[in-house]
Amino acid sequence: MTERLRVQDLSVHFRSERREVQVVHDLSFTLEAGRTLALVGESGSGKSVTSLALMGLLPPPPQSRTTGSALLEGRDGADLLGIPESRRRRLRGDRIAMIFQEPLTSLNPVHSVGAQLVEAIRSHRSVSRRAAWDRAEELLDEVGIPEPAARLASFPHELSGGMRQRVMIAIALALEPDVLIADEPTTALDVTVQAQILDLLRRVQERTGMAMLFITHDFGVVADIAHRTVVMYAGRMVEAGPTEDILRRPLMPYTSGLMASVPLLETAGTGRSELATIDGFVPDPAAPPAGCAFHPRCAHNRPGRCDVPPIAVEAPAPDRSIRCARWRELAEEVR
Amino acid sequence: MATFLLRRLGHSLLLLVLVSIIGFALLNLAPGGPLSQFALSPGMTQADLDRIAEQMGLNRPLPVQYLDWAGGLFFGDWGASFRDGRSVLSVISGHLFATLLLMAASTIISVGLGTLVGVLGATRRYSLFDQLATVGAMVALSIPTFWFGLVAIYVFALELGWLPAGNMYTIGDQSLGDYAIHLILPSVVLALVNVAIWSRYMRSAMLDVIGQDFVRTARAKGLRSQRVLWRHIIRNALIPMITLAGLQLPTLLSGALVTETVFTWPGMGRLFLDSLNYNDYPVVMGILMFTAILVLLGNLAADILVAAVDPRVRLE
Repeated sequence: MTERLRVQDLSVHFRSERREVQVVHDLSFTLEAGRTLALVGESGSGKSVTSLALMGLLPPPPQSRTTGSALLEGRDGADLLGIPESRRRRLRGDRIAMIFQEPLTSLNPVHSVGAQLVEAIRSHRSVSRRAAWDRAEELLDEVGIPEPAARLASFPHELSGGMRQRVMIAIALALEPDVLIADEPTTALDVTVQAQILDLLRRVQERTGMAMLFITHDFGVVADIAHRTVVMYAGRMVEAGPTEDILRRPLMPYTSGLMASVPLLETAGTGRSELATIDGFVPDPAAPPAGCAFHPRCAHNRPGRCDVPPIAVEAPAPDRSIRCARWRELAEEVR
Repeated sequence: MATFLLRRLGHSLLLLVLVSIIGFALLNLAPGGPLSQFALSPGMTQADLDRIAEQMGLNRPLPVQYLDWAGGLFFGDWGASFRDGRSVLSVISGHLFATLLLMAASTIISVGLGTLVGVLGATRRYSLFDQLATVGAMVALSIPTFWFGLVAIYVFALELGWLPAGNMYTIGDQSLGDYAIHLILPSVVLALVNVAIWSRYMRSAMLDVIGQDFVRTARAKGLRSQRVLWRHIIRNALIPMITLAGLQLPTLLSGALVTETVFTWPGMGRLFLDSLNYNDYPVVMGILMFTAILVLLGNLAADILVAAVDPRVRLE
């Protein structure tokens, strides 16, 4: 497997009212060509901040501070977190691109779809206006927009949410990036449209071999698209591994909790379909609980074990990792 | 578009009728009146006054006077000045150029400077510049225009002697440079309040746009920050400002009234005050109607312009 992006010890701090709060803690993962890594967690777990940090879209210091490294492989290879903004800007939208959760507001309402696509192309490549418009039409066709030539002249408000997300994807794919970050790209869409968009992303990936970082809170989507999964809680990796393994045998109680909150077709209408929820809330990053950050909400919490720092990361299998003080006992219990 | 224009025209006509009735009634209900100055002349008898009233048509009932005047308005006969008998339209047009010159100069200053201050304040939020601009705007809004005008005359005309204290040109000179030098003080004084207002609105419009998702998209595309600023932030922030400019027109006109008086500027504002002093009702009413039309046209132009730059807005 060819590595595209190697993220090592990524930490993000925010400064608010003279206090510094850490929202992402020493996160490491690798994106490979043609593969999708899902970053899963509830709102506030730090997954969106992680993606914005990689893109260099967080507010500049001193409001936020990003440490660690993110090595982009291939031509123009560079450490995204170590290079100056001027160089990072040239990679952004070109080698590493991003699509967002809100297709309805992510396009500029006063410029035509074509103008926004052409702008993305011409800001990185010195091609003629004509060639850029032709390429834009091609891209709209590629993402499944009917009558692409006519749609170039459309304004965002004339398109549906699903169509707008397709335009966003076309913009992100315009320069065939090595890495695509998709931050909950289907959350705001209808279920049927959701499936179409996931399908589109998968097909594009098969064709171009780009690596994808897919951010979501929905294990249904994870099962559908991700090869590997990293579960995040309170800014930390709590479980990681091949998606299939994690789905079949989650080791961290938080992962099982998230999975249980996805509705299942098999139980629908049987009266047993009541969704499980995880009680409580994601901890305040300014005052995290000691030890495992999940222990106040965990059914398997053992005082003296779970609330004592530090909780080490262990490897239950060669390509799996987990941050849980009791994972071994819990795995025994299940068996 | 056609239906929009027709409807707006209908609304505007209705509004103008209302303005004319209210203006006419207020003016004629006020004590004094056009005959009061003749009454002061020595040897004036009641019979003389009656004859003058008869000649000027002032002895007719008010509704008749109104209908006569309003009908004339409609057909382009705005009546004649009580002062010198010249037609009201020619009196107004004689003062129009001076006022438009002053308003144009001050609008360029206030929009240009106000936009700049607003943009810099928003992009460098809470910086020293932003805080100074905020305080400066508060001060400018608190100072009455006439006071600032008098101070400007005292400092720049009397003490420093850099600029003329009033008038539009030096008699016998009238070169372009001469006009320009005379224009500086009154246009800056008139612009001051509008710079303050414009910069505050521009700053908040900018901050509204900066937080929008599409700005993040623009940055994610790897655009240069200057391009993000101009094409994505300022372009969108200016849309609400067009409407504001239309709404600011009446303020600008009443500001011109004070400024023209302070700087003896031969424009419509001063004509209006002079005509009030002379009880020259036809000219006063003429200026009132003229400004009302100007404001309505300004707002119409603003609406059409907004529709032209914002694809989401449809005129119907």
